[in-house]
Amino acid sequence: MEAFTTHTGRIAPLRRGNVDTDQIIPAHWLKKVTRDGFEDGLFEAWRREPDFVLNQPQHQGASVLVAGPDFGTGSSREHAVWALQNYGFRAVISSRFADIFRGNSLKNGLLTVVLEQSRVEALWDLADGDPQAQVTVDLVRQRVLAPGLEADFELDGNSRHRLLEGLDDIGITLGNEQAIEEYEARRSTFKPRTQLV
Amino acid sequence: MGRTLAEKVWGDHVVRRAEGEPDLLFIDLHLLHEVTSPQAFDGLRKAGRRVRRTDLTLATEDHNTPTLDIDKPIADPVSRVQLETLRKNCADFGVRLHSLGDDDQGVVHVVGPQLGLTQPGTTVVCGDSHTSTHGAFGALAFGIGTSQVEHVLATQTLPLAPFRTMAVTVNGELPADVTAKDLILSIIAKIGTGGGQGYVIEYRGEAIEKLSMEARMTICNMSIEAGARAGMIAPDATTYAYLEGREHAPRGADWDAAVAYWDTLRTDEDAAFDHEVVIQADTLAPFVTWGTNPGQGAPLSARIPNPAEFADESARLAAEKALEYMGLTAGQPLREVAVDTVFVGSCTNGRIEDLRSAAELLAGRHVAEGLRMLVVPGSVRVALQAVAEGLDTVFTEAGAEWRHAGCSMCLGMNPDQLSPGERAASTSNRNFEGRQGKGGRTHLVSPQVAAATAVLGRLASPADLPPARSTSPSSRTTAGV
Ligand code: SF4
Repeated sequence: MEAFTTHTGRIAPLRRGNVDTDQIIPAHWLKKVTRDGFEDGLFEAWRREPDFVLNQPQHQGASVLVAGPDFGTGSSREHAVWALQNYGFRAVISSRFADIFRGNSLKNGLLTVVLEQSRVEALWDLADGDPQAQVTVDLVRQRVLAPGLEADFELDGNSRHRLLEGLDDIGITLGNEQAIEEYEARRSTFKPRTQLV
Repeated sequence: MGRTLAEKVWGDHVVRRAEGEPDLLFIDLHLLHEVTSPQAFDGLRKAGRRVRRTDLTLATEDHNTPTLDIDKPIADPVSRVQLETLRKNCADFGVRLHSLGDDDQGVVHVVGPQLGLTQPGTTVVCGDSHTSTHGAFGALAFGIGTSQVEHVLATQTLPLAPFRTMAVTVNGELPADVTAKDLILSIIAKIGTGGGQGYVIEYRGEAIEKLSMEARMTICNMSIEAGARAGMIAPDATTYAYLEGREHAPRGADWDAAVAYWDTLRTDEDAAFDHEVVIQADTLAPFVTWGTNPGQGAPLSARIPNPAEFADESARLAAEKALEYMGLTAGQPLREVAVDTVFVGSCTNGRIEDLRSAAELLAGRHVAEGLRMLVVPGSVRVALQAVAEGLDTVFTEAGAEWRHAGCSMCLGMNPDQLSPGERAASTSNRNFEGRQGKGGRTHLVSPQVAAATAVLGRLASPADLPPARSTSPSSRTTAGV
């Protein structure tokens, strides 16, 4: 995973709540068997609307998506995270994220930041007033900085550490292989098996 | 202090616990399908890793599979590549796969339980959010992303952040015309699509205890639609009766040992939940959605709500957008909403009891003129059972299309899709914009409401139907009265 320490970029204000994963990346894109090439599928239906935020010239190149509450609800598709990253987003800010989406984002180095809704709205207003305004999402200090706004955010220590270092979860777990073997040895014999080995 | 059911199952699966780190949990059953696994197998290959426990892993093809002409090559080349990729991955890594054409193929969440692989007190994961379905057995079951799929393949464990517990207690008895689907839609409307966030929900109370296993699966299936990590129901005699004798259920002494353990899987009297919701079952009625998220629902007897009356601003905006997308007007009675498509199927309502209840209403009746009704069994086994009971004939004689098993129009990855502007009553679980096809409009309903709607061509409940023609088998083929 790519490490995330701090990122500064422009804001794409997505003034919608309950942005579900079918909106982020519709199902027909999920037929791909790679992790890249999803950028054109990102918000595909909305991108046909001329006034959609990603179609507005002043927001081109924005790398921090600021969205309404309950971002990423719905399916477990990690493709939603890949699509945001393939398009060029490094961080997403919202007042609430769906659990699976959040887990997926942090495993891929897309930082999801929870700020109060009032702060989210302040960032929307900022981007609308000055599309060139820069926001900094600093994972080291756990702080979001923008003109007229300074807000701390929380992230569990473990996720933060893995993101800062760009660590591979599987490698870490395999370091505990002995604990896994011990657990396997004491598992009940009546537990189901899908095949005989 | 006592522990909740979820805490017990969690506790029994901790492989490693360390200060400041998430618990490492052992996974008893890992289910795979073609959509969320290719990149995970790719990751294994790149790192030179193997599948640690092929004996705890099972794959099936469901999301992309066609429901017509399944013996012909799959027309969509991209879907075909994805299925072929799964076949190659399973062959290369030694994973058991149920492919299209196989008797055990079907929607992954229908296949696991019917094989008896989903058992009380197990941890079940799948790269699919509706893995919560398996919680109906008292399993801790949740959807994971592709990175986690790779993690489980390689290690048979997952590091997991702690959860909070919520009890949804449903007291009293459900009225005769109210199904599990109406109940879960009512629960989601009450707690909201984000209301379960971070929680494992335990459904309990008299009304839940009375539900069949299949109805319990419908409830747990949609936990994710309330934002919950998982949904669970404590195992009981109903659970054991469903499991006993199934292909992968324990036998003999193992069965006795298993039941002794399963009997301990109840929330202790003195356990505390982080949050509690209480619902009175007898106040409920057939329930449908009017919006574009599963929380935007109302009793069928209601009118489309007026967004201006929503106190919360984001709820008001969401309702305005939803009505615009759905092509609906505030104040319109839900019963007057005309639909052109009815879909019966999915891991929410594609099991045999669902098909039976829809068929019962369609027997001796006909779907409305010009309306398309698709009946897609959740698995091949469900289909075979339905055929054995003659349900397929009931459906086709009523003018519905009887299709092959799979996810189908639940998410429209195969050719079964809505066209722009088309309106469906669907027994699936998501009414998101475009979920069932670009520009398609979805009302989530129970199988009973789906069948009644198909007959009348507008959202309807069984009580709205005129009497059926005689439906005894001998008269079924003759002209009705
Ligand atoms: S039936 Fe629908 S919800 Fe269930 S697994 Fe298939 S696509 Fe997902």
